[in-house]
Amino acid sequence: MTPSDRPPPVIRIDAGGGGMQVALAGDWTLQGLCPLPEDLRRELAVAPPEGTWNLAGVTRLDSFGAVLLWRHWGRRRPARLDLPEALAPVLARAEALPGGGLPAEPGYRFLDGTAQLGRAVHAALHHLLGFVALVGHILIGLGGLLRRRDQWPLREISANFYKVGVRAMPVTALVGFLIGVVMSYLSALQLRAFGADAFIVNILGLGIIRELGPVLVSVLVAGRSGSAMTAQLGVMRVTEEIDALTAMGISRHVRLVLPKVVALTLAMPLLTLWGSAVAILGGMVSAYVQLGMSFDYFLNALPRAVPAANLVIGLGKGAVFGLLIALVACYFGLRVRPNTESLSANTTASVVASITVVILVDAVFAIATRSIGLPYR
Amino acid sequence: MSTFPVELRGVSTRFGKQWIHRGIDLAVPAGEVVALVGGSGSGKTTLLRQMVGLLYPVEGEVKVFGERLDAGARHEQLARRRRFGMLFQHGALFSAFTVFANIAFPLREFGVRDEGLLRDLVLLKMAMVELEPDVALRMPAELSGGMVKRVALARALALEPELLVLDEPTAGLDPDLSSAFVELIRSLHRALGLTVILVTHDLDTLAALATRVAVLSAGRILAFGTLDEVTNVRDPFIDRFFHGARSQAALARGLGAG
Repeated sequence: MTPSDRPPPVIRIDAGGGGMQVALAGDWTLQGLCPLPEDLRRELAVAPPEGTWNLAGVTRLDSFGAVLLWRHWGRRRPARLDLPEALAPVLARAEALPGGGLPAEPGYRFLDGTAQLGRAVHAALHHLLGFVALVGHILIGLGGLLRRRDQWPLREISANFYKVGVRAMPVTALVGFLIGVVMSYLSALQLRAFGADAFIVNILGLGIIRELGPVLVSVLVAGRSGSAMTAQLGVMRVTEEIDALTAMGISRHVRLVLPKVVALTLAMPLLTLWGSAVAILGGMVSAYVQLGMSFDYFLNALPRAVPAANLVIGLGKGAVFGLLIALVACYFGLRVRPNTESLSANTTASVVASITVVILVDAVFAIATRSIGLPYR
Repeated sequence: MSTFPVELRGVSTRFGKQWIHRGIDLAVPAGEVVALVGGSGSGKTTLLRQMVGLLYPVEGEVKVFGERLDAGARHEQLARRRRFGMLFQHGALFSAFTVFANIAFPLREFGVRDEGLLRDLVLLKMAMVELEPDVALRMPAELSGGMVKRVALARALALEPELLVLDEPTAGLDPDLSSAFVELIRSLHRALGLTVILVTHDLDTLAALATRVAVLSAGRILAFGTLDEVTNVRDPFIDRFFHGARSQAALARGLGAG
């Protein structure tokens, strides 16, 4: 019963008395007709719809074959058609096809471009409003929690802290170490040319603790934990778990969003500290190999080169970035509509938006703290 | 030439340490509507998934159209898979595609390139499952439960299958819709000469649709035959399943509809 055992579709055209005679035989089915054999296509093309059609030899006809013939006949039944009783219902279904086809999709017009731009601006404002509303909901939830202290979602906070903080430590360490090694290696090559070897401590210490550490860890966390938060909330939305929570009278903002936001705000400074420390370790190892600078000297020079204010700025940035990443991730997670396309679009938007926001806010920090903690000005 | 589109021989399934099936033998004759029934957790859907090759049994073999699904070369396997269609319990429509694109998808994959022909074919399938052409451009998220099932059925029928596998075809539909859906499947079965295998909890559906019933209990096939034959088997599970007051009423309704 394999398809190859079935009789292939055949067409035979005879120019007999009283017009053309077209006789079909074999299986006129999807399996036999798609792709349409070249000789069959040529023969079908010359078979005149107004001739006499004899379908008596057809062993099987499915709706594919019926539609193919129907279209060839120009959506009309040929005047002279010899159709076996058994095949009649199949052809009748093709005949019942509406001629009008699908509702047409509107084409692209010049004004559509303008409308699209308008929609983009509108969407940006909409996002801004939605984001403010989310922050408002969280603050209202926090207000409620101040009065009922036993309702704090501490377990959720703790679980999220473990997930976004502790579990992120290995990858942060790996990336931080490598970045430290690379930065130190490149700087050492330049500094040695000027005989300014000792300044490697300043470059690494200031660069990593104040700037690179928080931003690097933020980008990692946005990609790792931010996308996970968005996807998790999105899937909960798809499976109606969020609706179930609402129906039980439990606030999604207190139970789902707040723990993530609090956990990431607390975890990020610690991750920043960890990431920066490992990056400096990497730099130190590289400086030892490249410049022969001892660990002792490096560690003694570090506090002199980098005032403590920089550490505060770095960790403060970490906390703010963590807060923003979690808020953006949750905002996009709650916007997911129940289909896969929306889930992927919002997860992408979440990661892109949180990295952009982190870099924007970092620039603001750079300007606001430009007179703090810089030794040589 | 096999007259059994689906044959199970000595199929045993195990999840972890728990045996779901022990030595199941079942041959589904061509042209029949076979209903698999059984209590919750008796592995009906698992058996169905084994028939379409989503799961493989620990022991025994599943033959579809006389061959194992994984037998032969890549293109032979593909050709075999294209001879059956499956309707999933929740429709499993591609949520990023419109209704039209969902139904056209298997045809495009099969190699239908002519857009005009494709449009006519999709409209024909939609007419077969009694969908209006104006739902063609809607997304699955905008459809009601009954419409999702119809679209999914149209997609399952797209490649003119010889075998239709239905997982809970009427679950989640209201009685009115579900009887309309049953009627639809029955008329398609009559018109296309399909072999149908379905899993159902719904005795109305069972009585109205099935020409054969396979009862699955405690990991084996308890009985296989027409509804009358099966209900006359003396067994505590069959007693509970078919002879309760609610069951009797449902069966009577279903037979009345049939």
